[in-house]
Amino acid sequence: MSKLLHVSTSPHVLSKDSTHSIMLDVVLALIPAAAWGVYMFGYRAAIILALSMISAVACEYIWQKCMHLPITVNDYSALVTGLLLGMNLPSTVPYWLPVVGSAFAIIIVKQLFGGIGQNFMNPALAGRCFLLIAFAGLMTNFPSVDAVSTATPLAVLKNGGTQSLSDMFFGFTSGTIGEVSALLLLAGGIYLLVKKVITWEIPVIYIGVFAVFMILFGGHGFDVNYVLCEICGGGLMLGAFFMATDYVSSPITFKGRVVFAVCLGLLTGLIRVFSKSAEGVSYAIIFCNLLVPLIEKVTLPKAFGREGK
Amino acid sequence: MSSGTGTFQGGIHPYDGKDLSKDLPTLTVMPKGDLVYPMAQQHLGAPSKPIVAVGDKVLMGQRIAEATGFISAHICCSVSGTVKAIEPRMTPSSAMVESIIIENDGQYTPAPGVGEKRDYTKMTKEEIRAAVKDAGVVGMGGAGFPTHVKITPKDDSKIDFIIANCAECEPYLTSDYRMLLEEPDRLIGGLKVIVSLFPNAEGIIAIEDNKPDAIAFIQEKVKDEPKVRVQVLKTKYPQGSERQLIYACTGRKINSSMLPADAGCIVDNCDTVISIYRAVCESTPLMRRVVTVTGDAVKKPRNLIVRTGTLYSELLEYAEGFKDGVDPEKILSGGPMMGIALTSLDVPVTKISSALLCMEKDMVAANPSTHCIRCGRCVSACPSRLVPQKMYECSSRGDDDGFVKLNGMECFECGACTYVCPAKLRLTQSFKQTRQSVAAARRKAAAEAQAKKAEEEAKAKAAEEAKKGGNKQ
Repeated sequence: MSKLLHVSTSPHVLSKDSTHSIMLDVVLALIPAAAWGVYMFGYRAAIILALSMISAVACEYIWQKCMHLPITVNDYSALVTGLLLGMNLPSTVPYWLPVVGSAFAIIIVKQLFGGIGQNFMNPALAGRCFLLIAFAGLMTNFPSVDAVSTATPLAVLKNGGTQSLSDMFFGFTSGTIGEVSALLLLAGGIYLLVKKVITWEIPVIYIGVFAVFMILFGGHGFDVNYVLCEICGGGLMLGAFFMATDYVSSPITFKGRVVFAVCLGLLTGLIRVFSKSAEGVSYAIIFCNLLVPLIEKVTLPKAFGREGK
Repeated sequence: MSSGTGTFQGGIHPYDGKDLSKDLPTLTVMPKGDLVYPMAQQHLGAPSKPIVAVGDKVLMGQRIAEATGFISAHICCSVSGTVKAIEPRMTPSSAMVESIIIENDGQYTPAPGVGEKRDYTKMTKEEIRAAVKDAGVVGMGGAGFPTHVKITPKDDSKIDFIIANCAECEPYLTSDYRMLLEEPDRLIGGLKVIVSLFPNAEGIIAIEDNKPDAIAFIQEKVKDEPKVRVQVLKTKYPQGSERQLIYACTGRKINSSMLPADAGCIVDNCDTVISIYRAVCESTPLMRRVVTVTGDAVKKPRNLIVRTGTLYSELLEYAEGFKDGVDPEKILSGGPMMGIALTSLDVPVTKISSALLCMEKDMVAANPSTHCIRCGRCVSACPSRLVPQKMYECSSRGDDDGFVKLNGMECFECGACTYVCPAKLRLTQSFKQTRQSVAAARRKAAAEAQAKKAEEEAKAKAAEEAKKGGNKQ
């Protein structure tokens, strides 16, 4: 032995998973649905996604450089935020809009609250909601896919129209870039489940509670076609598998995740049925993000051998 | 009577590394150099006191140091020779501890009576317990709790289960597995000795299901034993932890403020049970143990029978040293989850040394900590059902009270949370510090309370005497 030995306290082995590898898995899982958006909506969609990702990473880098903080862009979390934000935008928005949205998401929602792990709501969704409020007209101008209607399928349903379930499942409808293909989002979600990046509670219970709510209060009774259309549309798949499961803004306890998912299902249903909006996933998630500290407080597990106390 | 499920909630599945050494029969190490017996850090409780002087001739199995308290243990010499020095020497934890150094004469002359066969069924319970105490037997799984104390609970009739802990959940370790295959009779015999002390007890040999051959072998051996059975456990770290093991075997739960006896259980590690058999039935004190020498940096991994006091550097020679061109970054005494990082190989094998693990790369240094992303993996992994994420927030801002409120004192530092953390946070290290600080504060408070009580009593006594004196006058 020529060199000095390393000394540290146990444990001396660590798992292979890292923040970096987890974020990379999320990006991989999102790629099919994002690529489908580009296929459906053309080159503009690709430019919006690219702008959104580049500006998210750039904002984080510039902010940390200016504030003399350690640079954390190589953990890919800003990349995920940028990609999710881009997938939540219609392809018709002007090119400056994703840049503004990413800047808001990264600087205001993430960095001002302390950077990765400290944001109290999902940055991508907060960015989207900011844009929805500030630039409502631009954000609801959806591209036409069949030269007839430019409304999203859920708006059509809400106004008493009908919608083809298979079009919604495979993704031949209008909407934001990343939300149209329920099939590819589901595939990405299953990939994350298999890789154990996410656990089943949030997506399964969220969608389940939402389905029950729509059967009870949707006004269509037990209409399978209607309920499935509601599940496939309005970014519910994207929200349930990729945004509600965001680690930072969801509970860390199993029971907490169950409660969180139930709240999400109820709130999404409430907004879709009883408000003017036909969607509601984004607002439901960022509102429930705010409930997380409370939910965690009441769902802490009982320590082993101290259950009685 | 309750029964266990063979598992518990939480836990992890790290790479187990057991294939490196599990099929290698044990070899016996003959020590070459001097032997070093530290007076502390090879058992829990008060340090032992040397009862030999420099220059004394000692025989193999002779007691060279005595227990000094209720929780303490004797130390017996594992060779014959001469006391060369009594001076501080480095232990595996890198602390300098008063030690007896013996020059080996190579004769291995046993002390009178050592090796004499005894029939435990003809011995009284007191004689059995005295034999265990005289042999200096302590928990050889790592904690080093004096065994004679463990097998002397308040009420013998309340003990229902004696569990021989052969889970060996710690990665890389294969010594218990080798003992199951090589010493089944002494293991079962030792278990029967302990069971005989308790009128209502049943013996359980608990083995993880990654050792199917050992399970089948022991099951065959105990099929005619009315009071001994095999409990198959799910392979998962930390299955061999006392509280999780009791739950897996019996369905009973204890917390940090309780002893296994409170749940009617006594748990002893595999090698400890074998040592009990040797102590009681063969009049042989604890002076050997099994050590696995392994890791990706050693040339020939080995399972070795080692005399306590032998230096680790000698064990490495039996493994033919390090692989060519390999300079290990980290060397551990024990397994990778709970072992101690060594600063030198010139430290002795103690009663609680289970392995010498040489790692080419140090994963900890290669993975700097980043920020917590609240993924919740630590919560799912914790076998004590704690919330390491929140405990870490408390311990990193020095909030000991918050840490205690989160039941942080229930943590037994198994390292599962740190293993799964994707942000590579040093959770266990942080908890270790906070737990030490809380324990120190509690000891201080208890000492102050006792001092105050003593002071008040003295005052009351003085006042009473003054009163008596006044009356006299």
